[in-house]
Amino acid sequence: MKIGVFVCECGENIGRTVDCKKVAEIASHYPGVAYSVDYKYMCSDPGQNLIKKAIEDYKLDAVVVGSCSPHMHEKTFRKVCSSMGINPYLVEIANLREHCSWIHDNIAEATDKAADLIRLLVEKVKYNEPLFPIHVPVTKQALVIGGGISGIQAALDIANAGFKVVMVEKEPSIGGHMSQLSETFPTLDCSQCILTPRMVEVYQHPNIKLLTYSEIENVEGFIGNFKVTIRKKARSIKEDLCNGCGMCIQKCPNKKTAKSDFDEGLTTRTAIYVPFPQAVPNIPVIDRTVCTYYKNGKCKICVKVCGRDAIDFEQEDTILTEEIGAIIVATGYKLYTIDKKPADSPIQGYGEYGYGQYKDVISGLQFERIASASGPTAGEMKRPSDGKEPKKIVFIQCVGSRDESKGFSYCSKICCMYTAKHAMLYKHKVHDGEAYVFYMDIRAGGKNYDEFVRRAIEEDGVNYIRGRVSRIYEENGKYIVKGEDTLAGLPVQIDADMVVLATAMVAQPESPKLAQILSIPYDKYGFLAELHPKLHPIETSTGGIFLAGSANSPKDIPECVAMASAAAAKTLVLFGSDMLEREPIVAKVDESTCIGCLYCKKVCPYNAIEIKEIRNRNGELIKTVAYVNTGLCQGCGTCNATCPSKSVQLLGFRDDQIFAQLCAFADTI
Amino acid sequence: MGHHHHKHPILEEIIEITGQDPALCYQCGKCSAGCPVREFAECAPNKVVRYLQLGMYDLALESKTIWLCAGCLTCSSRCPKNYELASLMDALRELAIKHNKKIPEQNVYKFHKAFLEPIRLFGRSYEIGMLMGYKFSTFKFLQDMDLAPETLLFKSKMGLLPHIVKNSDKVKEIFRKTKEAE
Amino acid sequence: MKTAYFPGCSMAGTSREFSSSLKEVLALLNIELNEIDDWSCCGASSAHVTSHLLATALPARNLNLASQQGYDEIFAPCAACYSRLLMVSREVNNNKKMAAKVEDVLGEKLLPTPNVVNLLEYFTQIDKEKLAQLKKIDLSGLNVACYYGCLLVRPNGINELDDSEQPASMEALVSITGAKPVDWNFKTECCGAAHSIPHTNIVEILSKKIIDDAVAHKADIIVVGCPMCHSNLDMRQRKIKKDYPDTKETPILYLTELLGLSFGIDYNKLGLNLHYIDPIKLIEKRLEKEAVK
Repeated sequence: MKIGVFVCECGENIGRTVDCKKVAEIASHYPGVAYSVDYKYMCSDPGQNLIKKAIEDYKLDAVVVGSCSPHMHEKTFRKVCSSMGINPYLVEIANLREHCSWIHDNIAEATDKAADLIRLLVEKVKYNEPLFPIHVPVTKQALVIGGGISGIQAALDIANAGFKVVMVEKEPSIGGHMSQLSETFPTLDCSQCILTPRMVEVYQHPNIKLLTYSEIENVEGFIGNFKVTIRKKARSIKEDLCNGCGMCIQKCPNKKTAKSDFDEGLTTRTAIYVPFPQAVPNIPVIDRTVCTYYKNGKCKICVKVCGRDAIDFEQEDTILTEEIGAIIVATGYKLYTIDKKPADSPIQGYGEYGYGQYKDVISGLQFERIASASGPTAGEMKRPSDGKEPKKIVFIQCVGSRDESKGFSYCSKICCMYTAKHAMLYKHKVHDGEAYVFYMDIRAGGKNYDEFVRRAIEEDGVNYIRGRVSRIYEENGKYIVKGEDTLAGLPVQIDADMVVLATAMVAQPESPKLAQILSIPYDKYGFLAELHPKLHPIETSTGGIFLAGSANSPKDIPECVAMASAAAAKTLVLFGSDMLEREPIVAKVDESTCIGCLYCKKVCPYNAIEIKEIRNRNGELIKTVAYVNTGLCQGCGTCNATCPSKSVQLLGFRDDQIFAQLCAFADTI
Repeated sequence: MGHHHHKHPILEEIIEITGQDPALCYQCGKCSAGCPVREFAECAPNKVVRYLQLGMYDLALESKTIWLCAGCLTCSSRCPKNYELASLMDALRELAIKHNKKIPEQNVYKFHKAFLEPIRLFGRSYEIGMLMGYKFSTFKFLQDMDLAPETLLFKSKMGLLPHIVKNSDKVKEIFRKTKEAE
Repeated sequence: MKTAYFPGCSMAGTSREFSSSLKEVLALLNIELNEIDDWSCCGASSAHVTSHLLATALPARNLNLASQQGYDEIFAPCAACYSRLLMVSREVNNNKKMAAKVEDVLGEKLLPTPNVVNLLEYFTQIDKEKLAQLKKIDLSGLNVACYYGCLLVRPNGINELDDSEQPASMEALVSITGAKPVDWNFKTECCGAAHSIPHTNIVEILSKKIIDDAVAHKADIIVVGCPMCHSNLDMRQRKIKKDYPDTKETPILYLTELLGLSFGIDYNKLGLNLHYIDPIKLIEKRLEKEAVK
């Protein structure tokens, strides 16, 4: 084998600490090395040409480049060699920059180390074999989990590009939290007015299959080839027959048995219900936990009034499976509650704010419902306890956020903005009212955001007080709010009529379970984790699964929409080709020595090991062995390390290749 | 590689006693908002921490606030950063005494000293002895005299003689050795 | 479980009624308290004001005495003693360096610390049925504000029994007597504690707020579990009334006195005659009213 060694100076980056000329000279004496040279910028055009020319002149059949990290230019050098007929997997990169020049300062020692690093790879490359990319077909149908604004945006983008989408929403209607909002910052446009057309578009889109009141049961397979099992929960309504007339809801005698989730518990709803008037689809659901029929077998009034025989008390959950190429997870967030919760809950609540027992101490989303024209007060400012107009209102930010004692240490990011919006909406509705905002810092980074907060202060006269509130208690129908103005250094006490808590955005409680089904990581708070915080904010560590919206971390609407479009773009990139090319760095089983103990199957984090039966000509079973599904294998090598008979080898990093490196290393000592 | 910050010796002592760095505090003011003696202190408790963060140790050590702290632990209980402010107040008083800082609340200091003296001598607190000690050190002879006859004679709520612990030497030793250790 | 009794200094002095009512009530339950032999003062609210090491060593001596004498639990009815003993037992268990210093000061090895329980924990452990059976006089008609003060519930998570912001264990015990616990706001606000002598005015203002809130919520009496709270609210009340005439006279009872009343124990045995604000007249009036009803 004729090996070429190319040492890059990376300008000053390597050349400053490593004597590259000397390294090239030393390397020229390594057994098997036919040519060795150094150059200022090996990745540049002249550098690449230098490699090409050497391959031709010296008839090289393997190459070791000493340069920056393989993360940077491995692709570049493989392409160069490949264009000259060398298999790209016969090219090795010695990291002389991050692993050597950048971390040492003694030139002589760094030069020695650089020469050694190259030597290890010269020995390894002798054992390298040509490898060829793996091709897998792509199913061009996307799954979007979650029907909030993020899911809606992603689904519409993909569907409009001409690809099929399955959208799964666990609630009876799509729309998510955005459908609950009154107005949106920083423009104060009506939330439902801008959202509902999109909800309808999803419903009517020929490329979108909408499954509401449904949940993901199981996900198998790999990028381009997922098989997804979905549970469609029994609605107790035949969807194909229901025309959404609403008669059943009107006549349901069970008026106040359940609190309306949509109105954040401020109102009640019937046992058969649609969450809100503009729900999509406009098909009711029977809440079996409260419906009289399910309790004692009587009532059936809805059956009587339904002109289309659409009520089906016997309906059962149905299980569907879908072939999916890419998955977008857009499951959103939940709001932190200050209620006292059982010990196993991460939520501790705030006893000093009354553990949610004061009727007029409400959450931000409850305020949205009160401010909303479609809400329980038809948009009039009325407090829940007695319906009176609050003349003095207090907003408290960072409840549960930035509080590692009772909540979470992260910032929920949107509360500064929505609190400014709330205070503004209040002042627009109650002209003689006083609004106070207790804040720690105002985080209004975003287009027109800070201007918006300033408007609340300067134009609408909202009183901002820098300090956290220590306690709220009720006294004669007033809520005594005890704070400290940390800027003035003065104690503050406000006797408010209503208090709004900007409670933290928290991860969906089911999100860790979903993450396990999808084999994607999540952080300690339950938010789904992106692959890289800067360069791969949309991807997850599992190929073909992307994130959108606040399932990943607290986000506002513009960010959710942007991220959803980005996830759609990532999906469309995948759908752009019929076959998917994957690196051939995967495990391979030697079936002749495999004893079928399947330890590898137990340790594989990607479920990539399958069981294969070996039969003779007569079809009799001879033995079972492990088999690697190359579509799923991520090349981690855990099986290779575990196999007792050394029958599983990770291609590109086989034991003999590693040994060769180790022996060479031993020689250098 | 770790980052090595050189800390002011006072700060080092604070961290040694309380186990927490005042840098933890993000100045939300929740402690001050709930402090029962806030209205009597010119300097809010969060400001005392701010002085430490700024390296203005004397302003903290000579503040009235640290002596007005009633030790009710409301601040420590509600702190979103789990900062034990009440323990810091203890530490600051201890350091103010140790480093001979100006003590603006002499009466509070004298009260605690008077309270501890009978404990040092007898092993248990001795209310009359304590009160006498306090009155002599502050010259407040007339304070609470209206309560005296009732308390002493009719209700016998204060023993005229101290209870003496059998091993009172042991307690004296504790006082001597802790003093030494400082 | 072998439980030691740590009376603390005030039980023999200013809070004699706490001590006598506790003993009377426990006698009815056939419980005898075993005092830690040769216990000394825990340092109260004064030691930790001046020296962290002293404030740790004084309670540590008592914890260690109890362990040496074979006890695995200490019952400290005084809230201040309880707080000091508990905090120190946590500190020496979690801070090895501090434990070594304390061992050096005490000149002895620290044994595993006993479990420390307060008044509310101690009585909650007693079978509720047993307590209910002792009830001779139904106190319904008497509205009670349960005052926890600072040291029974703080810091946050001090014990599993009570929430530091919304405690409820005292109400449960008071209910046994038939008296009605009122819902009020100042259950855990501070009374001014040790400022009683150097800053009487502070104690007056803080204690007045507590009395006023209890009265505003229709309480006839305030029930406490801490000698310091008791002395601030009871002994100082006449001065409060003198300086703020709108203050409504409100008797302050120890929880054990209230239980004892309901169990039919003699007023003087309980120590009700030792109060500065006489509770007897009011209680008799209430009970009469109820009887007429």
